[in-house]
Amino acid sequence: MPGVSDLSPEPLHRALGLTDDEAVKIDEILGREANGLELAMYSVMWSEHCSYKSSRIHLKRLPTEAPWVLVGPGENAGVVDVGDGIAAAIRIESHNHPSAIEPYQGAATGVGGILRDIFTMGARPIALMDPLRFGPLDDPRSRWIAEGVVSGVSGYGNAVGVPTVGGEVVFDETYRGNPLVNVLCLGILPTERLVLGQASGVGNLAVLLGSSTGRDGIGGVSVLASAGFSEDDDGDKRPSVQVGDPYEEKRLIEGCLQLLDEGLVVGIQDLGGAGLTCATSETASRGGVGMDVDVSAVPRREPGMEAHEVMTSESQERMLAIVEPDGLDRVLAICERWEVAATVIGRVTDGGALRILDGFEGEVLAEVPAASLHEDAPLYDRPRSAPADPAGPPADDLAAPSDPGAELLDLLADPAWVYRQYDHQLFLNTVVGPGDDATVLKLRHPVTGEETGRGLAMSTDGNHRWCAVDPRAGTALVVAESVLNLACVGARPLAVVNCLNFGNPEHPEVMWQFSEAVDGMGDACRAFDVPVIGGNVSLYNESAGTDIDPTPVIGLLGVVDDLCSRPPGATLVDGHRLVLLGPDATSLAGSLWAAAHGATAGVLAPLDTDLHLRVAVLVRSLVVDGLVDGVHDVSAGGLGVAVAEMVARSGVGAHLARIADHAALFGEGPSRVVVAVDPERLTEVLAAAEAAEVPTSRIGLATGDRLVVKDLLDVPVDHLRAAHRDRLPAALGSGTTNR
Amino acid sequence: MATTVGVVVFPGTNCEMDAVTAVEGLGGSGRLLWHGDDDLSGVDAVVVPGGFAHGDYLRPGAIARFSPMMGAVARFAADGGPVVGICNGFQVLTEAGLLPGALQKNRGLKFLCQPATLRVETTASALTGRASVGDELSVPINHFEGNYTCDDETLARLRDEDRIVLRYVDNPNGSMDDIAAVCNEGRNVVGLMPHPERACDELLGSADGAILMASLLAAA
Repeated sequence: MPGVSDLSPEPLHRALGLTDDEAVKIDEILGREANGLELAMYSVMWSEHCSYKSSRIHLKRLPTEAPWVLVGPGENAGVVDVGDGIAAAIRIESHNHPSAIEPYQGAATGVGGILRDIFTMGARPIALMDPLRFGPLDDPRSRWIAEGVVSGVSGYGNAVGVPTVGGEVVFDETYRGNPLVNVLCLGILPTERLVLGQASGVGNLAVLLGSSTGRDGIGGVSVLASAGFSEDDDGDKRPSVQVGDPYEEKRLIEGCLQLLDEGLVVGIQDLGGAGLTCATSETASRGGVGMDVDVSAVPRREPGMEAHEVMTSESQERMLAIVEPDGLDRVLAICERWEVAATVIGRVTDGGALRILDGFEGEVLAEVPAASLHEDAPLYDRPRSAPADPAGPPADDLAAPSDPGAELLDLLADPAWVYRQYDHQLFLNTVVGPGDDATVLKLRHPVTGEETGRGLAMSTDGNHRWCAVDPRAGTALVVAESVLNLACVGARPLAVVNCLNFGNPEHPEVMWQFSEAVDGMGDACRAFDVPVIGGNVSLYNESAGTDIDPTPVIGLLGVVDDLCSRPPGATLVDGHRLVLLGPDATSLAGSLWAAAHGATAGVLAPLDTDLHLRVAVLVRSLVVDGLVDGVHDVSAGGLGVAVAEMVARSGVGAHLARIADHAALFGEGPSRVVVAVDPERLTEVLAAAEAAEVPTSRIGLATGDRLVVKDLLDVPVDHLRAAHRDRLPAALGSGTTNR
Repeated sequence: MATTVGVVVFPGTNCEMDAVTAVEGLGGSGRLLWHGDDDLSGVDAVVVPGGFAHGDYLRPGAIARFSPMMGAVARFAADGGPVVGICNGFQVLTEAGLLPGALQKNRGLKFLCQPATLRVETTASALTGRASVGDELSVPINHFEGNYTCDDETLARLRDEDRIVLRYVDNPNGSMDDIAAVCNEGRNVVGLMPHPERACDELLGSADGAILMASLLAAA
């Protein structure tokens, strides 16, 4: 393997990102010294990104089971039964490091990869969501990254023909050197068609579908995704970023779904991180078989590629289908119709060995137990220790603002500049799209298109400020917020997927944060009876030695049992009463306002999970029964931002009283929802809250053309709307010239 | 017999089932027409739907116009059959020479997916026979290249011949003369950038597009 060994004067395994101990373990597994190709294959499969070697012992503590769970963590996507013979497949992934280096392609290929995970399960992808986190808006490089990432999601997602129906966009100092680009995909399938990525049947053929294999993305999982950034290395890592082609992916989706419709595949697996090595070893080991792979048969983009490059390339838009020999002609015909290249590159064998051959009858280039690549990776219980000084100066020491109105306006930012660039309506399912507390999609049968009268709801949430103050309590609050977001659109939660974005796991503080966050999530998910059905761990989010704040992102899937009208959303109607449902308890610790002043330490507001569930059930029933005409979860920015967003969206002013001070205005705490109630229904709403044992405060009236908070602020609605609307366009480019 | 609307599918098309859903919601019947075939199978009207035919490679519609199916659509149109191109379909129809003008990148150089208010400018077209002049309809747009342009002479003809079918009330993309839809001389071929099939259901936010889709069915 001269091509590999020339990479570096140090031992080959180290250049590939393997430790000395890992190299010894590989030799033990093989009972001999591994050759260069074998080391390359182990290095990608045993990378942090593929093997979860630092996180797996912690993830075991999450609840993963419920009667409606069809597939839990560990497969390409989690799957739940959503009724009417329909199953929903959902997955979330990060594409943080590629997006930091090459924002457009990094984000685009993130979208492409997550789509393949979903149709690998036999599901048609119907929706994407994109939780995005960038450095501050006044940093030119962060703006460049933000623009590129949004363009990449737009360019790929729109063209591949899957709507992007929600997400988040956050700008904060902690992401200056390391943005977070998470992508969630939802698909639906007839329950009986569930496909798992496994090979079986000795003599069956492995057919490589889609793009040819090039030198792009080599070592993406090991070199790029499983190490942090130093001061000046992003130029060096650019060749590890892949390049996406949504048109190829669109044809691949349609071709694969037709293969699945016609029952022509035994198993199917996408080629993502670790490329062919991952797809061949995982399908074989899941099926308890082996595979012979003819590396010379793999169509290549350029001449002179070596076997280790072909086996570890992360070229996009490729799938591996396991088919019976009798079905091959039909498979090739369908692929031809969709203009998808299809090449037999492997044969299923008995025994369990993955052999890489130069021609099926040619030289054996590598021979390893398939299962050892993804089951025998070392597990690490890395040292953990709580940081000495958790989050800087205490929030409670901040002086009261001299102009709370101006500070409120500074906290507002309408994400419309982002989501206007995404097709969020394709497939005619989007009842509530991006920009609201949660997304609502019609649930229609994936094959017949028949409406069920029900809906699916989804939200993505994260809050690094809370999690920096207290990763365990903060993560529980994030789960709680997700549950409430779904309640605000009339949905009940079914399952969680998570994307755990953390710093360098070799830093004991980071592993402590990770472990705490997992426990906070586990506790909250158990309390709310929502299993975790999948996730993605993204470590090494650091730049120049500084770790990002812990950022677990929660994707929550739920159902709307009777979808006969649109939920009211975060809006106001003139003359309606404003009522705060839920407790008064808030804290400035970890709040958006306090963070803007650089002091977030303290104690987060407590989460009473029983009360939280009562609030969620109450809000859901108020929305479903049509008793409220405006509803908004109180989250980042506290009550002030919640009401201001309702004002901005409706153009109707509000007069609030009984808000004592800036801490009550900007403080954040769980289980709180603002509702706008027709005066004639007020008694009924208050009675419902009392029956549910949910505290209420009548905080004011929606009216006029000003937002007035007694003794604190008085802002014209026009100013407020302009501040809300113009924040992102002013910083990132107008996007459209008529605004 | 329900009116049958053929919906053309190129590789990369993605709005074909949405068009079928809208047609069937109005009592019509939808039939997919594969780009490589050259037979319209007796449909009563044709929709060239939205998406990214052939990946928009070269430029939107530039490759799709050479397909056998577009030859069949051109013959159908020449015989007076109603043809509506929506979004990418409008781009295909201009590339195919069935409609004048071209669609260039939006003025703001960003993709835009948002509601638009359209004013009906003429009812003498395959898309607007059931509407009234001056009607204002809320129909979403979803495009990067929706900025309509043509030469001055063509614009003068479109105006003189009452061939500007829909205009934007608040121009989102820089289209010349606020044009959202135009028709051919025979008035049976119409192209529009907004998506009427996405506005046929109040639950999705607007049902204002239904009158346009119903007009197409009535024209068949």
